[in-house]
Amino acid sequence: MMKQISQLIGMHLKEFFREPGIIFWAILFPILMAWGLGLAFTKQNELIRTIALVDEENSLIKREDFGQFFVSLNPGEGQPLVKKIGDEQLGITTYQFRKSDWQESIIMLKRGKISMIMELVNDSVVYHFDPINPEAQLAYLQINAAFNQKSEPTKSVNISPLTQTGTRYIDFLVPGLMAMGIMMSCMWGISYSLIDKRMKKLLRRMVATPMKKSNFLFAQFVARLLLNFVESGLLFLFAYLYFDIKLQGNWLALILILMAGNLAFTGIAIFVSSRTANTQVGNGLINLVVMPMMVLSGIFFSYHNFPDWAINIIQKLPLTILADNIRSIFIEGAGLAEIATPFFILLAVGAIAFFSGLRIYKWY
Amino acid sequence: MIKVTNVHKNFKEVKAVNGIDLFIPKGEYAALLGPNGAGKTTLVEMIEGLQHPDSGEIEIMGKGWKDHAEDLHHIIGLSLQETRFIDKLTVLETLKLFASFYGLDKKRILEILELVNLNEKRKSYVVNLSGGQRQRLALGIALLNTPEILLLDEPTTGLDPTARREIWDILMALKTANKTTMILTTHYMDEAAYLCEKIVIMDKGQILAEGTLEQLLSKYKQGEVISFETNGSIRENQLPRNEKIIQSIIDPAGNKGEIIVGDLVSYLPLFLAFIKNQQLALTSLECRKMTLDDLFIAMTGRHLDQ
Repeated sequence: MMKQISQLIGMHLKEFFREPGIIFWAILFPILMAWGLGLAFTKQNELIRTIALVDEENSLIKREDFGQFFVSLNPGEGQPLVKKIGDEQLGITTYQFRKSDWQESIIMLKRGKISMIMELVNDSVVYHFDPINPEAQLAYLQINAAFNQKSEPTKSVNISPLTQTGTRYIDFLVPGLMAMGIMMSCMWGISYSLIDKRMKKLLRRMVATPMKKSNFLFAQFVARLLLNFVESGLLFLFAYLYFDIKLQGNWLALILILMAGNLAFTGIAIFVSSRTANTQVGNGLINLVVMPMMVLSGIFFSYHNFPDWAINIIQKLPLTILADNIRSIFIEGAGLAEIATPFFILLAVGAIAFFSGLRIYKWY
Repeated sequence: MIKVTNVHKNFKEVKAVNGIDLFIPKGEYAALLGPNGAGKTTLVEMIEGLQHPDSGEIEIMGKGWKDHAEDLHHIIGLSLQETRFIDKLTVLETLKLFASFYGLDKKRILEILELVNLNEKRKSYVVNLSGGQRQRLALGIALLNTPEILLLDEPTTGLDPTARREIWDILMALKTANKTTMILTTHYMDEAAYLCEKIVIMDKGQILAEGTLEQLLSKYKQGEVISFETNGSIRENQLPRNEKIIQSIIDPAGNKGEIIVGDLVSYLPLFLAFIKNQQLALTSLECRKMTLDDLFIAMTGRHLDQ
């Protein structure tokens, strides 16, 4: 009995580790993703923003304040007008003012090269920008302040940038990637392997022996669980070493919620793979489950920008439950009490999917 | 030992198995011989418990699948048509995996490696095995539990003659040593003739004939075959009918064909005279005893491997 299970687990593990491609996608890829995204959104680089300056009546000189402002920029011949705003603490944004006509400006705006147009008409300046674009709004506020020679906000107000562990983008991202890794690994690993074995008639051959079907599925789950802990562990280790991420909550809570996530997605994977013997149909089915959750469940960016009715639905998706709770353990310091309910919800999702899958399961 | 009574199985409109009765006593090797789509695999898979008959009974050593699945799994060894095992598992690991299902130890695995002659390949990944080696692995897995009943679905299809011969030798050795009962499906008549004392000829879900090779052939007495090619064209209804023709097949082009006759000595002169009469010449002529393939042609008008 135990030998049966250990042999079956061994089979799954060997199948995994002997396929270099799978190792790359399952283990290295999430780490690379964390690295790339973490670097892109966490490290503060000098930003350069271009603003179109439309001055068709050449009224720039007429206004003293503008004139002074631009003269103070003191561009060399043929150099663009440049104004640096900000300081070391908040990061510096370099605004480049590019003189152009209205038509060209609009084209640049449409192409996303600029996010704001400044038009000088007679004695006044008109700012054209999309009010729901936060980048444009910031540019407007900063430039307007600079024009009016008001002191920059940092000078008069005490601002403390949030760069401590737990509040950065990478702190948001890594727990999400862990959740996603579990989903992907279960869905692709288990579903695909089952469909493939059915297609090869291996499933049929195996159930023609005294092998217990429950052992087969249990071994599948255990093997995946082990692999996923390795995967999550390596991702955490990387994030810890490179981005100094710290677990603020309870270790045991984290392990339990990861296990519940594994169970939930193992169940779903078995349900998804319960009928088809065609890997292409399987592909579609897996994507049908995986894609919406990838987009909606707040892995890369918060789902709180969706409308309220949608958030209600999104929060009930298994990946959302998993990601939110891993995150709360990591960055809010949640413990066993906080994760109890989601833990049981995930278990229930797994159990329902598993047993419905088993009812309709096609072994041969 | 294996008793099949009036078994039917339909797939939508197709009657895959259409009322089959079969009895195989202990220690007998039986071949299910027939072209593709004859219903051989469906019948065997019902005996294996992998498919369920729409109606009829299947009993193995007095046990049915419904109540004795666990027992039956232990006494049956089987190989399916073209099973693919796990690519990146070695031969030894694959055997270990299946041995664990039966609760067998390492000793039996080593015996099997010897038996199916895969000892040298035991550390090779399954994906790197040749077709013959894969079939021997499948056979080795079928034999792991020292089965009393062996069910093999086309164990040598697609193999070259040497590889096929190796499998035959293993099976023949088993017959003498273990008194195993076996059902094998094949569309090679030489395989059926060499390995099995009972030959069951199937077509379109039904049994056309069964018995030993001699019994089957003697059903048509000394049936003999004239196989010929001519430089012109003849039609079937032109053939001389003075002597009894059991079956004749002429190609659509009319320039070659086979005639199965009861008495070659008296028919051949008539045939030669007929060819001469038609002012044709034979480009090839062969006369021989009837084989199973000819028998199949005699019964269905088609070749076995078509």
